[in-house]
Amino acid sequence: MTSSGNLSNPVDGRFGEFGGRFVPETLVPACMELEDAFNEAWADPSFRSEFEALLSNYGGRPSEITECYSLSEELGLRLLLKREDLNHTGSHKINNVLGQTLLAKRMGKKRIVAETGAGQHGVATATAAAYFGLECVVYMGEVDIERQALNVFRMELLGAEVRPAVSGSKTLKDAVNEAMRDWVGSVETTYYCLGSCMGPHPYPHMVREFHSVIGNEASAQCKQLLGGDPDYVVACVGGGSNAIGIFSGFVGTDAQLVGVEPEGGAAIGSGEPGVVHGSKSFLMQDAAGQVLEAHSVSAGLDYPGVGPEHAYLAESGQAKYESVNDTEVLAAFERLAQTEGIIPALEPAHGLAWIIRQAEELKGQTVLLNLSGRGDKDVAQVQAIKAGDPQALATMRK
Amino acid sequence: MNPLEQHLTDLRAGGRKLLVPYITGGYPENWTELVGGLAEAGADAIEIGIPFSDPVMDGPTIQESSSKALDAGVTPQEVLAALSQLDVDVPLIAMTYYNICFQMGHENFAKELAKAGVTGTILPDLSLEESHEWTKQANARDIDSILLAAPTSSDERLKQIVQASQGFVYSVGLVGTTGERSELAQSAMDIARRVKSSTDKPVLVGVGISSPEQAQEVCEVADGVIVGSAVIRRILDTGSIDGAIEFVADIRKALD
Repeated sequence: MTSSGNLSNPVDGRFGEFGGRFVPETLVPACMELEDAFNEAWADPSFRSEFEALLSNYGGRPSEITECYSLSEELGLRLLLKREDLNHTGSHKINNVLGQTLLAKRMGKKRIVAETGAGQHGVATATAAAYFGLECVVYMGEVDIERQALNVFRMELLGAEVRPAVSGSKTLKDAVNEAMRDWVGSVETTYYCLGSCMGPHPYPHMVREFHSVIGNEASAQCKQLLGGDPDYVVACVGGGSNAIGIFSGFVGTDAQLVGVEPEGGAAIGSGEPGVVHGSKSFLMQDAAGQVLEAHSVSAGLDYPGVGPEHAYLAESGQAKYESVNDTEVLAAFERLAQTEGIIPALEPAHGLAWIIRQAEELKGQTVLLNLSGRGDKDVAQVQAIKAGDPQALATMRK
Repeated sequence: MNPLEQHLTDLRAGGRKLLVPYITGGYPENWTELVGGLAEAGADAIEIGIPFSDPVMDGPTIQESSSKALDAGVTPQEVLAALSQLDVDVPLIAMTYYNICFQMGHENFAKELAKAGVTGTILPDLSLEESHEWTKQANARDIDSILLAAPTSSDERLKQIVQASQGFVYSVGLVGTTGERSELAQSAMDIARRVKSSTDKPVLVGVGISSPEQAQEVCEVADGVIVGSAVIRRILDTGSIDGAIEFVADIRKALD
């Protein structure tokens, strides 16, 4: 099977030394079944055309590229945004979810479980479940339920049940634990719709393929607009699904790929190789191998691990990974709103924060930022932070 | 054959049903006394959990004991060091998640386990396909690498698992995480039958075994049982290890 973008397919479920299938035996047969089902579907033109039709007439693709005239002038570079925020449900997450729910339906599954951090993947999953008439349970950390109340209500409106993850840091990592435990107990009837390019094989590969539409579109759009590739392609990285999607269109070109992690959740920047949630990758952990809690103002990036293919791209030097702090992120969030009239999600504001910090180095260059989601969900939190609300301030990195 | 499998096979040959209780290393504070108490109560081996931050195979009870131990600052090194000081005459099996082993390094982890007197490992997230390197290092120290067989495993996979598993075959009694259940799942009997019919190695059923009656029932087919959450819950409820020891003694009676 050929890859849909420029990235190579995993070999035996691995990207270099990263990836694999580190799950209890109860789940191994389900992962194998999923791998076969995905490979078969992805090679089937009728599945592909159904997926593409959904992306376009339901998801709202293709997403536009917006030229940022004012901010470009201020920064002395040419800034382009890939507008994933304009997709249905407000982020790139819908690409993967439509692919996976279509696959779940093809596999005859009636129930979907998912984890969510910021709530974007949960909302996207609840949306697709409503569309396809599937039962949907979304696990979400108790802390995230508080800071993303709007998305919780959205999921409930869409008919999903939101279950709080109350263990550990009560954020995305713990929501993944709960979703995996649910799946361990329900694997015969339930499809686990993982929200990022992480987890046991085939998830990292499959999620990348469903998001490769971002990179493929962006590559073609840049060729039309610029007559070639941009100098830089920048995306935020938590688990790394939006980044792997856009990178898949530019790996192997002259474009420098930059993944931007939150300082308090920089698995590549400050982690070591480790194994959690089904795959080997970089991981924030203590000397004994206990997974550490991430701290980021953005719930969607509040994750101590990273997808295994990013670990591979980092190790092989095909992409570089940088980190920014919460203060820089909030400044970037406001700056895009004020210069371009676009309120970004806090997640892609990380990418912009890096661009702003590096403006001197990037002078005269063309920079494509994957604007992975819109900021509506973050407005109340930012308002509270600006007002000095102690609870909201506590969401920022200590 | 490594010492653990030899020990269990010998006991089975004597007509004994095998009983392996689980405890969480580092919880409660006097957990090392519990090891001796369980041996006296009739345990044939004891599974010592090395607490991990993200135990995805475990239900609420063992999650709670693990996080209590971690909150108290317990490390894998401390658990192993405490074990090495113990004088118990039943085999010790380390149960933890693969990242603990991976971080220490396979060779080093095997060395540390051997020093602590551990003769077997259960790493539930280390699937058959990922297990070979660890098994090699464990075997170099006469440690058995115990693998899980699940109700969802195909017959073809079961064959490969029972061939690769050492010490015994950990047969997962139900589709779910560890935790007590009011009734013995039909799947426990089914997996016991399926695994028994494909191997001569000892077959122990764990996950969901919650009472002496359930242990007895499943041992009509299986060679033994692993009991975890039902033991831990008694400690969590009372703060004392006495009820857990009595409970294990009750299971012993039911099995004999």
